[in-house]
Amino acid sequence: MTKDTDHLGRPIVVVTGMGVITSLGQGQADNWKALTSGVSGIRRISRFPIEGLRTTIAGTVDFVPVEELSAPALSQRLAELVIEEAVAESGIGRVGDFPGPLLLALPPVEMEWAQRFALAAASGANDTVTYDDLIRAAGSGSFEPWYRRFLFSSVGENLAERFGTKGLPIATSTACASGGTAIQLGVEAIRRGETDAALVVGTDASVNAESLIRFSLLSALSTRNEPPSSASRPFSKDREGFVMAEGAGALVLESLASARSRGATVLGVVQGCGEVADGFHRTRSSPDGKPIIACMRNALADAGLAPEDVGYINAHGTGTPENDKMEWVGVSAVFGERAGSIPMSSNKSMIGHSLTAAGTVEAIFTVLTIRNGLLPPTINYDIPDPLLPVDCVPNVARAASVRHAISNSFGFGGQNVCLVLGAA
Amino acid sequence: MAHERDALITGIGIVSCLGSGADAHWDALNDFTPVVDTESFKPFPVHPLAPLDLDKQIPKRGDQRQMEAWQRMGVFAAGLALDSAGVKGNTELLSQMGMIVAAGGGERDYAVDTAILSGYPKAPNPGAYLNEHLLGDLRPTLFLAQLSNLLAGNISIVHGVIGSSRTFMGEEGSGADAVRIACARIAAGQGDIMLVGGSYNAQRPDVLLHYEMGGLLRRAPFDGVWARQSSGGGMVLGSVGCFLVIESRAHAAERGATAFGHIAAIRTDRCRRGPGEATANARAQFEAMAAHYDPAGAEVISGASGAAAPTAEEQAFLAEIGRPVRATATALGHSLEPSFPASLALAALSVQRGALFGPLEATEQTMTAPLTQALVTSWGHWRGEALALVTAA
Repeated sequence: MTKDTDHLGRPIVVVTGMGVITSLGQGQADNWKALTSGVSGIRRISRFPIEGLRTTIAGTVDFVPVEELSAPALSQRLAELVIEEAVAESGIGRVGDFPGPLLLALPPVEMEWAQRFALAAASGANDTVTYDDLIRAAGSGSFEPWYRRFLFSSVGENLAERFGTKGLPIATSTACASGGTAIQLGVEAIRRGETDAALVVGTDASVNAESLIRFSLLSALSTRNEPPSSASRPFSKDREGFVMAEGAGALVLESLASARSRGATVLGVVQGCGEVADGFHRTRSSPDGKPIIACMRNALADAGLAPEDVGYINAHGTGTPENDKMEWVGVSAVFGERAGSIPMSSNKSMIGHSLTAAGTVEAIFTVLTIRNGLLPPTINYDIPDPLLPVDCVPNVARAASVRHAISNSFGFGGQNVCLVLGAA
Repeated sequence: MAHERDALITGIGIVSCLGSGADAHWDALNDFTPVVDTESFKPFPVHPLAPLDLDKQIPKRGDQRQMEAWQRMGVFAAGLALDSAGVKGNTELLSQMGMIVAAGGGERDYAVDTAILSGYPKAPNPGAYLNEHLLGDLRPTLFLAQLSNLLAGNISIVHGVIGSSRTFMGEEGSGADAVRIACARIAAGQGDIMLVGGSYNAQRPDVLLHYEMGGLLRRAPFDGVWARQSSGGGMVLGSVGCFLVIESRAHAAERGATAFGHIAAIRTDRCRRGPGEATANARAQFEAMAAHYDPAGAEVISGASGAAAPTAEEQAFLAEIGRPVRATATALGHSLEPSFPASLALAALSVQRGALFGPLEATEQTMTAPLTQALVTSWGHWRGEALALVTAA
């Protein structure tokens, strides 16, 4: 890269720091080692009782303690850890003084059963407990910390306070595409010249009984509980659903000019972003794949690249029958005859589906894939699906030189985001 | 000076206790009587949504059934905004239209919750009991009616807005940032026409529970946002859906659209709310838009929530500005995510009409001079400060 601007004269956006936590461990080094060794992070759920559940497995992050466990509390803690790693690697700003906005992909926040039960107990109601009883208990004033904990703004506010990001933080949710959306918001802000740097974080720690059951009721989850490591089987003919997982990823995005001026190491380039919503159905893609196809094409056009420039696809690859089929429909339309020969692996085969965080976590793994010249495999690929003739890098990592890769994220509500990531 | 990438408001869709649509709101504000339900959620007054003829904006009954109230009112308001902008059903344009929705989460199944809360303490195996009842009693589709981004998803399905779809969460600030980002993208050529807004259903025991934990809810009898301050303040929540079509001047001109107003400036920021910190943010925001500001014809539409400390501080800041003020929450109730878009809608309506509606309570001044501009504030009840300036288009 000799110029600081891209093919449309916009500031080139680079990655100068990354931090990641998944069910495989904490930090880039541990994750990369496990991911390229084909290790699964999926395990039996120990956080809450699993009796009566159809799915008893998840990619939980159980090794990070928090004082009072709830989805926003653990999501915030994971975010703190990945931000610390990313900011340290980037060397940007000073401790507690990040020179740009915080763009956060966050799962929707809601009071949980532990709090409802505690309020019910405090209400003293003993036969039928209603919301009136909970409200009466709430009026005592002793539950004020929960009001703040379960505001949608409090995770972002606490992170902004701790890391000294600038302005009001944005917390975005586009379901399973949220991480991609957060990156896109950061890229756009830098391209507009609003800021030289942006802190982008996706975090999700919402494996609890109700969240799991909600997905279970939509028949979205794998029920292949034995052994847990075998449950996530993207592209395999016997795939039957995704595996819920937790994790977080943080990226320091920066204009190339800014990175250069302070002598920062450029880890990768966010070359393009594409986005198209799908108005077909709340949970299913248009059968013709048009939105997914347009999304990938928009991303390539934004990057100023042609399909033949792409050497690797970090698939959304959830392992649901529908997603993998539609992703293949999209990829085969965009990449034509090359589709089956472009390596396209799913990190979710090992880490599960980290939902809100997936887009950032997988963007980080895509940057590492390019940097290390090593493609993480799709594990559990035992029975090829003749309808999906993908090169999913089956079961074993493979060395390959990649200059440009795409990372797909698709979510309920017709959300589709595609990122184009390039070598430094 | 007019610029082709100015952000104009070319469509307004709003539903609240005052009715459905911009004109209904304007009429109700000019002949103001508070619409408050003091019975359903005693002791908390709530501004209830006016009855909507849902079929007018959500023609398929199947779509209506798939949504909970917060989504229906949002999708309805979005449809009104598209109608108002004259783009409803324009498939080609809507396929390019961007969308930023400010959303919280959706309703719960209160019957299921109540049954579980009642049975859990007596269950021999409480964990298994919870699993069994969630799995057996929750409607599978309820999840989709709760998910924050499914208001946007339903707008894509019902109205065909699919150019881009982003949902911001975070109470008042999310609504302000949704508008800010839309304006910034339009200014930078990252979009030409955007649908921006949100909805909030206040008629929900779970949201009342949440704010009661925070000690923030006003008890009946009802009085205005400013009048409340002498007796401890507090929020009265209101059900509101509000969407705006925001469009570049060039794009609006090309399709012959008329605009309600021009968002000449918009800023958001945060602070820890130490004494005077929010005021310092607001002053900096105000100074940054000084070049566009004309005090002679300006009004203020305030998003003050009623929560005691920030409302008192904002009131003092607005006294420095010294222009006539109207507090949106007195009329519509406080509506968190869509409160800023709703205030912006009222501001744009008054700029378009060149007049301010009458005082909503005794402390608000009448305005006799012709109105040319509106400042719009939104100080979150907890965090976030936003200020916008709407000028004539």
